[in-house]
Parts: sequence; C-alpha cells; structure tokens
Amino acid sequence: MATPTLRSSLGRAVGLGSAKEGVAHWWAQRITALALVPLTLWFVAAIIELAGADRAMFVEWVKSPLPAVLLVLLLLATFYHAALGLQVVIEDYIENTALRLGLLIVMRLAAIVFVVRGIFAVLKLSFGA
Amino acid sequence: MTSDPRPLSPHLQVYRWQLTSVLSILHRIAGVALAAGTVLLVWWLGAAADGPEPYARVQAFLGSWPGRILLFGWSVALFYHLANGLRHLWWDTGRGFELRQVYLSGWTVVGATIVLTLLAWGVGLSHWSR
Repeated sequence: MATPTLRSSLGRAVGLGSAKEGVAHWWAQRITALALVPLTLWFVAAIIELAGADRAMFVEWVKSPLPAVLLVLLLLATFYHAALGLQVVIEDYIENTALRLGLLIVMRLAAIVFVVRGIFAVLKLSFGA
Repeated sequence: MTSDPRPLSPHLQVYRWQLTSVLSILHRIAGVALAAGTVLLVWWLGAAADGPEPYARVQAFLGSWPGRILLFGWSVALFYHLANGLRHLWWDTGRGFELRQVYLSGWTVVGATIVLTLLAWGVGLSHWSR
C-alpha cells in the first residue's frame, strides 16, 4: 500500500472512527437552505404586503395558484431543514442516550404533524369554498 | 449507563467572547427559535383554513403586544439566520476563511440583519395601519 496513513493497523482493522454517514444529511441541509433563500424572501415580502389584510383578502391570496404552490414548498423545505438542524442540536447537547433518542423521535414526528397540518390548510384554502 | 464525570471540552467559560463565536452560537439559537416560530406559521395557516373566528383569534394575538414582540423576534431570527446561512454556504465553497474576511462577513451579517429588520417593519407597519 503506497498511500501513507496516520491510522494505526489496529484502528484500521477495528474500523471505528467516522460513522460513514452524514454526507446525505449535509447535502440535504444545504439544498433545503438554498431553496429557502428565495422562498423565505418571497414569504416575508408577501406577509408584509398582507399586513393588516382581513381574512377575505388573505384567503383570496392563498387561492391564487402561485402562493399556494410556494407555500407548500416553503412548508416542506422549512420543516425538512428544521428537522435536520434540530437533530444536530439534540445530538450535540443531550448526553443521556434514552432522552436523546426519545427527543429525536418526538421532534421528527412533530415535524411531520406540523408540515401535514400546514399543507392541508393551504390545500383546503385553495380548493375549499 | 452511568456517565463518567470527566471534564468535557471545550471549557467555554475560559474563552473571551468574540464576534466569531457569538455569531456561531446565535446561528443555532436563531435556528431553534425559527423552528418554534414555524409552529406559529402553521397555527396561522390552520386558523385561516378553519374559518373567520379562529382566524380573528390569531390576528388578535398577533396584534397584541406579546404577539408583536414574538413577530419581531421571529423576524430578527429569520433575517439573521438567512444572512448567516448565506455566509455558511459561502464558506462551504471553501472561501472566506481568512481572519479579516471572517470578521468582515460577520459584521456584514450583523448589518444586514439590522437593515432588513428595520426595512421589513418600516414597510409592514405602514401597511398594517392603512
């Protein structure tokens, strides 16, 4: 083997070290971040425009196709990005294994509940009376 | 499993506060705050879908002082996390790691957060009171 290595023979045989996962997490975090740049800028501009609007104006806005589609994309990207970020925060700061695993499960399920609730609301407003 | 009471790195209390570390931990804090704030967004969308009374309740809360303070905090966290997130994406390309550049981009993020927050609230409040 010509490639020099700093790892001991034992270290290589045991094969510990990197968890050999995490690249997918890293990429997903970045891609959702990229998607969220235009989506959040659009959303903030839209709610500033809607500030002080009554419900009829708001519903009319959600009913138009572009806001409805962008809101669904915003919800998906936001909760995916948030779940990835909260996962790292929980893994970093919660030392107790059982509590850490429990929080990770609760956090992921909560993210799914909220994103489905949000998307359902947008669709109901779009298609509903 | 019993945890071993060995001292853990990085002994944060011995370090002097500096822009780089403060902005780094603020990125996390803002991210966690935004995750909580997004629940507010879903509550608002859900209320709008549920009907006029639930929507009026959310609007009344957002118009109250606690609601406005939450909205203001949400906007600061959003603009900060957005600006500093772009800084992170820039770092991900392998650029901007010279000490001078790190401080320059750091202060740029602070400035952008202040300007964007003031701009958003200036325009937003003028619409709100129309």
